[in-house]
Amino acid sequence: MMKNKTLWGYFFLAPQLLGLVAFALIPLVFSIVLSFMDWDGFGTKSFIGLENFIGQFQSPVFWKSLRNTVLYTILYIPIGVSISLLLAFALNKVKGKELYRIFYFMPVVTSSVSVGVIWMWILNGDFGILNQLLGVFGIAGPQWLTNTSLVMISIVMLSVWWQVGFNMIIFLAGLQGISKSYYEAADIDGASGFQKFRHITLPMLSPTTFFVTIMAIISSFQVFDQAYVMTMGGPAKSSYTIVYHIYELAFVNFRMGESAAAAIILFTIIMIFTLIQFKVSKRWVHYEE
Amino acid sequence: MKSKTLVVNEDSHKKTKLIKKKIEISTVILHLVLILGAAIMIFPFIWSITSSLKSVSQIFIVPPEFLPNPFVWSNYPDSLKAMPFGRAYWNSFYITVLIVGIQLITAAMAAYAFAKIRFPGVNLLFILFLATMMIPKQVTMVPTYMIMSKIGWLDTHLALIVPGALFNAFSVFLLRQFIMGIPNELEEAAVVDGANPLRIFWSVILPLIKPALAAVGIFSFMGTWNNFMEPLIYLSTPDLFTVPLMLNYFKGLYATDWGLMMAGSTISIIPVLIIYIIAQKHIIEGVALTGIKG
Repeated sequence: MMKNKTLWGYFFLAPQLLGLVAFALIPLVFSIVLSFMDWDGFGTKSFIGLENFIGQFQSPVFWKSLRNTVLYTILYIPIGVSISLLLAFALNKVKGKELYRIFYFMPVVTSSVSVGVIWMWILNGDFGILNQLLGVFGIAGPQWLTNTSLVMISIVMLSVWWQVGFNMIIFLAGLQGISKSYYEAADIDGASGFQKFRHITLPMLSPTTFFVTIMAIISSFQVFDQAYVMTMGGPAKSSYTIVYHIYELAFVNFRMGESAAAAIILFTIIMIFTLIQFKVSKRWVHYEE
Repeated sequence: MKSKTLVVNEDSHKKTKLIKKKIEISTVILHLVLILGAAIMIFPFIWSITSSLKSVSQIFIVPPEFLPNPFVWSNYPDSLKAMPFGRAYWNSFYITVLIVGIQLITAAMAAYAFAKIRFPGVNLLFILFLATMMIPKQVTMVPTYMIMSKIGWLDTHLALIVPGALFNAFSVFLLRQFIMGIPNELEEAAVVDGANPLRIFWSVILPLIKPALAAVGIFSFMGTWNNFMEPLIYLSTPDLFTVPLMLNYFKGLYATDWGLMMAGSTISIIPVLIIYIIAQKHIIEGVALTGIKG
């Protein structure tokens, strides 16, 4: 019977376990090995120790890509999370929230490429609709996508528009999961609206906020599609992100070892951030017993 | 005594009336803000659709004109002629259906093993599955590309289908959470009736987790349909392109013809939006469900 159970267990696990080994474990090990190798993807590999990593840390392009990615994350997280949170609060009790949800979620189902193409045009400095709109108020709009200091802000704008509905839905689900009995008890104690918000809504919503923030940070560090479609990393590499760097090293320059090293650096950064988040979260995330 | 009560009553009545009025005003403002927000969300879609029906000269008019004048329909046949969008649709469609369909079965199988079968190594393997969710796909991107190249799958759809169908730790994890919630008594009853685990999985577990399967399925549907990076890396023959890749290619060739580009963009968006409008309740609730369980 015991042996039988083991057989059944592995039978059910087999397809996904095969996938895990073939498309996660082997590539992961291969990637680590590759990061210590000099390889163009075709010829012979040679072991070069930490040179790829040192090379990355000495490369201005790597630092530029890191700087752009961090800039994106710093801009996107507070704006994206707070707008979706505010929208969820607004929708929570309002009549017709089903209809609003449909509209706010619409961009989420659209591919990054479609979104990128539309926004290339919205943000076009000469005839884009955003600048024409600003013109109505007498403001001369800038060149959003070809100005080195504005291009990341433009990509953040697109991303907020694209993803705000997704996080809003998750916040809304979190809000609706808070039991009414807490508010009823607070009403009996004569709590004000703000007190209820401060002492019930915020703490009860904190696991959702934590989930949304962690997911948003992880995906922010991997931002690529928007920059690739709209600006090809430009102008002057000012929308060149880490993932762009990893992609270009491997598939444009055929420097596989360096690309693997950069990917592992990215992995380490994401891990460190996630661990810090988990540590800090103990102070502000409240879980029901 | 009597008159005093009356005054108090009148007073509080006035107060509630006042509060009610206040609430009404704030509700109106709230709705105005929400409507403005909703307009911002859908405006880019509407604007790109109307622009796809304009002549090039009308697109560049300042101040902008909202409605096409006259309606220029030729952008659509022109962009369909310029690029095999129909082909790209078929590619995206069948790749997505295969990935989502097979993935749901294999992930549910793994989830069932993790949730209900006790066997040596089960916990360790589950931790391994969880840990892989932390690996950004860029880390495995280059080696996976090399593997695909070694086995001759580069520039074929197999490079997209097989990994998607056979491996998705997130789906396994979510489905496991649901299967954990199914009481063991149901299974035990089936065992008494002489059912083997395969039969239990098929006739007891799968029907019970239908809502979870729908949620997970929707999630991977959206992810697969809109996937850009893997097709970009693996595919080089335009006939094999998926919809996002085709649109990107199109953009590269016709970047200056905005009417044509808006038509191409609309062609790539409309079917997704139609599916979304039909299934929006399930899609939105599926996402909400994933968020809660994650």
